[in-house]
Amino acid sequence: MSVSAKPLDSTPTSALASLNAQESHALRPLAQDASQEAERRAAVRAREALSENKRAARRDALARLLAAIAPPLLGALVFLIVWQLVSLQVPAIPGPAATWASAYELFAHPFYSNGPNDQGIGWNVLASLWRVAIGFGLAALVGIPSGFILGRFSFINAMVSPLISLLRPVSPLAWLPLGLLLFKHAEPAAIWAIFICSIWPMIVNTAVGVTRVPQDYLNVARVLALSEWKIATKVLFPAVLPYMLTGVRLSIGTAWLVIVAAEMLTGGTGIGFWVWDEWNNLNVAHILVAIFVIGVVGLILEQSLMLLARRFSYDS
Amino acid sequence: MEKTQDRFVQISGVGQTFKTRKGPFVALREIDLDIAKGEFVALIGHSGCGKSTLLNLIAGLTLPSTGHLICAGREISGPGPERGVVFQNHSLLPWLTCFDNVYLAVERVFGRTETKVQLRERTMAALALVGLTHAEHKRPHEISGGMKQRVGIARALSMEPKVLLMDEPFGALDALTRAHLQDELIRIVAATHSTVVMVTHDVDEAVLLADRIVMMTNGPAATIGAIQPVALPRPRDRVALADDPAYHACRAAVLDFLYRKQVHPAKRDAA
Repeated sequence: MSVSAKPLDSTPTSALASLNAQESHALRPLAQDASQEAERRAAVRAREALSENKRAARRDALARLLAAIAPPLLGALVFLIVWQLVSLQVPAIPGPAATWASAYELFAHPFYSNGPNDQGIGWNVLASLWRVAIGFGLAALVGIPSGFILGRFSFINAMVSPLISLLRPVSPLAWLPLGLLLFKHAEPAAIWAIFICSIWPMIVNTAVGVTRVPQDYLNVARVLALSEWKIATKVLFPAVLPYMLTGVRLSIGTAWLVIVAAEMLTGGTGIGFWVWDEWNNLNVAHILVAIFVIGVVGLILEQSLMLLARRFSYDS
Repeated sequence: MEKTQDRFVQISGVGQTFKTRKGPFVALREIDLDIAKGEFVALIGHSGCGKSTLLNLIAGLTLPSTGHLICAGREISGPGPERGVVFQNHSLLPWLTCFDNVYLAVERVFGRTETKVQLRERTMAALALVGLTHAEHKRPHEISGGMKQRVGIARALSMEPKVLLMDEPFGALDALTRAHLQDELIRIVAATHSTVVMVTHDVDEAVLLADRIVMMTNGPAATIGAIQPVALPRPRDRVALADDPAYHACRAAVLDFLYRKQVHPAKRDAA
């Protein structure tokens, strides 16, 4: 029986009520009365012990909470102090208070629009997210099946993997001019850069996942003589899924890094362009706000994918 | 007819050589063994004697370098559901429930000829046989090692295999769970009249369960050293057997083979 989950007094009162009811019953042998008295005392003691336990549990929970949030809070405090000191030394950099004020102003109207070059920070973040989603989605569409093929056929893997090793370390921004040349417009060129940078982790991780499917599971598939379709859906895909999701997580992290830089180059809308625009306006407070916003969005993307990955991990 | 019954599984002149970087490695040589229908054969020997290799050959997971294996009148050319395998580490698919793990096998074997309701019934019957009806919705990581191994057995039995192959099925379990599962296996085999080949390194387990104990010489190039028949009446009871002279005679014979005639390689090198 879980004690702490109950409302404070419900069980003991009802126990006492039933004891009282029994007492009112007349013509009871004396010894039984005495034993009932003892029972009632025990019930009261139990109730006291119970609430004492509850208090202790609450104290413990509070202590744990404090231990969990105290270090990060302290870290944030130290950060703010250092920031304040820096802003005192370098007058061009606004301090925490000034940045906060300008952030407050910005977030009061995140979705205003005064033409293509003057839009609220909300629109800019959404524009960037949209580009990431398209480029990243296309990369998943191409990269994950390619990864499966590479993992399944060692000849193709041997054929392609040196090329991948060569191209993977290349900054996706180096591909941007090629995108501009191919697509003639800034928008698809930015998506192209996202596509290129997200595809490598997905190919490589999926391929590694396929080669690491435990031999035991493949032996089961062989003993049952499962069809290729069953092997793919019941054995390969679930076994590879955790690896695939790792690839997806790495990809989306990189994609979010790259979009800021790509938008600085291509212009238009987007958080990267916005940062560059504010630099041209010499509005450093806005740049600092943008840095926080980019960080928060990246963190949310990463954490939500981690959550998804945990949902599909099958450690036994 | 009589002949196929007595020689349900025929292993003749089988040898297995693996290619390694240091050159060919002879794991098994000149294995000749016939297994009758309904017989329980235990393969025993020190580690590295190739008993699992022999089981994999019967399963068809590997093909022999020399010789032939025949099961129910047909040459074994690959794995198939008529030879159910219980793997050493249960090998359940962790993303499927116990029910679905068994259902995957049932569907494969009977899916073409039976309705979904019948397939479900077969799956539940197999789980009931190992006493796991209550765990049908659980995933492998939610149940104990002994229960996992029982699901593995249910999966193998649900296919109604002609031969049940078990590779040290209880090796990773604690002694009490192992004894419990051995008793269950005795009951299941008696009920299903299965032909069983079991790899084990446990002498008591072999004597308790088997009709014949096939004792392997040490590897490399291992072969069958001797075969010990176990003429104990069934059903066998582990407590009653403790005082049975015939049981002790069998046990002594196997121990003599393992620890006098075929000293463990590591010990022999030390001496």
